[in-house]
Amino acid sequence: MNIFKISSKNLIRNKLTTILNIILVAFGVGILSILFLASTQISSKLEKNAKDIDLVVGAKGSPLQLILSSVYHIDYPTGNIPAKDAYKLMQNPMVKRAVPLALGDNYNGYRIVGTDSTFSNLYGLSIQKGSFWHQDLEVTLGSTVALTSGLRIGDLFFGAHGLTGNGDVHKQHAYQVKGILKPQGNITDNLILTNIGSVYKMHEEKHVEGHSHVSAEEAKEINDKQITALLIQYKSPMSVILFPRMVNQSTNMQAASPAMESARLFSLIGVGIDTLQWFAIFIMGIAALSIFISLYNAMKERKYDLAIMRCLGASKSKLFFLVMFEGVLVTFIGSCLGLLIGHVALEVIGANQESAQAKLTGLTAIPQEIYLIWIGLFIGALASLIPAMQIYKVDIAETLTKNR
Amino acid sequence: MIKISSLAHVYEKGRSLRFPCWEIADMEQWLLLGASGSGKSTLLNIISGLLEPSQGEVLINGTDLYTLPARGRDRFRGRHIGIIFQRPHLIRSLDVLENLALAAVMAGLPIDHERNLSLLHDLGIAELAKNYPDQLSQGQLQRVSVARALVNKPDLLIADEPTSSLDDENANQVIQLLTTQAKDNGAALIIATHDRRVRDHITKTYLL
Repeated sequence: MNIFKISSKNLIRNKLTTILNIILVAFGVGILSILFLASTQISSKLEKNAKDIDLVVGAKGSPLQLILSSVYHIDYPTGNIPAKDAYKLMQNPMVKRAVPLALGDNYNGYRIVGTDSTFSNLYGLSIQKGSFWHQDLEVTLGSTVALTSGLRIGDLFFGAHGLTGNGDVHKQHAYQVKGILKPQGNITDNLILTNIGSVYKMHEEKHVEGHSHVSAEEAKEINDKQITALLIQYKSPMSVILFPRMVNQSTNMQAASPAMESARLFSLIGVGIDTLQWFAIFIMGIAALSIFISLYNAMKERKYDLAIMRCLGASKSKLFFLVMFEGVLVTFIGSCLGLLIGHVALEVIGANQESAQAKLTGLTAIPQEIYLIWIGLFIGALASLIPAMQIYKVDIAETLTKNR
Repeated sequence: MIKISSLAHVYEKGRSLRFPCWEIADMEQWLLLGASGSGKSTLLNIISGLLEPSQGEVLINGTDLYTLPARGRDRFRGRHIGIIFQRPHLIRSLDVLENLALAAVMAGLPIDHERNLSLLHDLGIAELAKNYPDQLSQGQLQRVSVARALVNKPDLLIADEPTSSLDDENANQVIQLLTTQAKDNGAALIIATHDRRVRDHITKTYLL
């Protein structure tokens, strides 16, 4: 029997009010923790995937779209660029490493990326089983792809045209799984890697088959050998200013910086995050008010309880602490529940997310979440301060002598 | 030993009361008699350290109650004075046994469950130990509050109309328990009452 037990017994006695208050706090904290977790995870994912990529060169269009499609593999590519122009850029003395990408097909929503060995150097990929791709139509799977598709080394599968859906399957050629990558914790886990030749082959074949809807443009794409984008790493930081300008002005291609574009993207998302944040703070405010009102109202009835405890020898400060503790206990439970709700909700969101590329998870925690608990405790203390002050005003003798 | 001298209290409305000097030796049992409105409850509140008198002093075992700091007075009351009110006030969120334990905790003393259970047994309410105050009758509540006053083995037991809400049988049992328990615990006893059933048990009277 201690203050903790007396408080919790009293809270249990007023179940409905207690539950209401806990739920209010939990919702506020829950929303805040979802925001914290999601924005941290998104920004760290953006950062991780763009690591070591200084510049992306691709077809003219939206620079953000170019970055999203060729670095994060979320959006559709802006178009194609002539392979010979791209190879010319790759020879530029300012370029330390250039990775060509040929996109266009998918398998069950996982993108098939035509590239060369520089790609594995750029991302520091290593093999878990089997080997890297060597010839046309050989692929190496990202770890998540291997896990969810159930494909094993030696298995054959057909890619589908487009970046999502299984509508237009390339039935003529089957890819063969040669190896599976170690989990990297970045976008490459969700990619299927092959050489550029395989991607050409897929589309060549289609042409040869003589589909009536094949446009002249598509035929040209194959004849002139085009690629989707080029990931570039500079030799020296000096090139940051010169190189993009050179690309944008002297070629028919555009250059986009992942750092700048993801910053821009984040500032766009930021508006929504801010709004939600204020909404959560508003809910927390309501929670504080609700706790205040319920404690304050309860004081009328509890005056007797507290007067008895005074009679039994409790000091005013002890009872002050008792009332404070009740408010703080409610917000503490609410905060913990809120964090739980936040994590579970984010895990559920992550599980139902369509794009495997930016999957969110509720299974990680960030240090800022501790602040949420502190904020919860602070709100509890603030809301119970005035009701607890009543202790000092209660006239015990009068309270106990008067009839209820 | 309890001694009050030159005690006076002025009410907020201006009415003032003077109390005659009173000395209670160890383990003496007294009745506090007086017409209603004569200040019985006021005097009891003053003696139990709940209401500071306008003048005069209250000595309990040589301690001047109103020279103690507020906190010390609370603690002193918890450990040395057991109070039974006219209305049995129990904490409604705690069961009977927990209400008894609360008395020890609030006075900063260890909980003695065996003693608490035997107190309940002596009062004939042992089977109610796990019940909540809402489930008890007025008489049962009063007996619990008597038990609670005895929990800390007080030096002085103060009862304000303890039998007014009880039937003859219960009243007798409570008075018996008050007098015998007061004796057993070496406590002095003050009962403020106008109940004739009590007068037969105690001879010393203090009239207001």
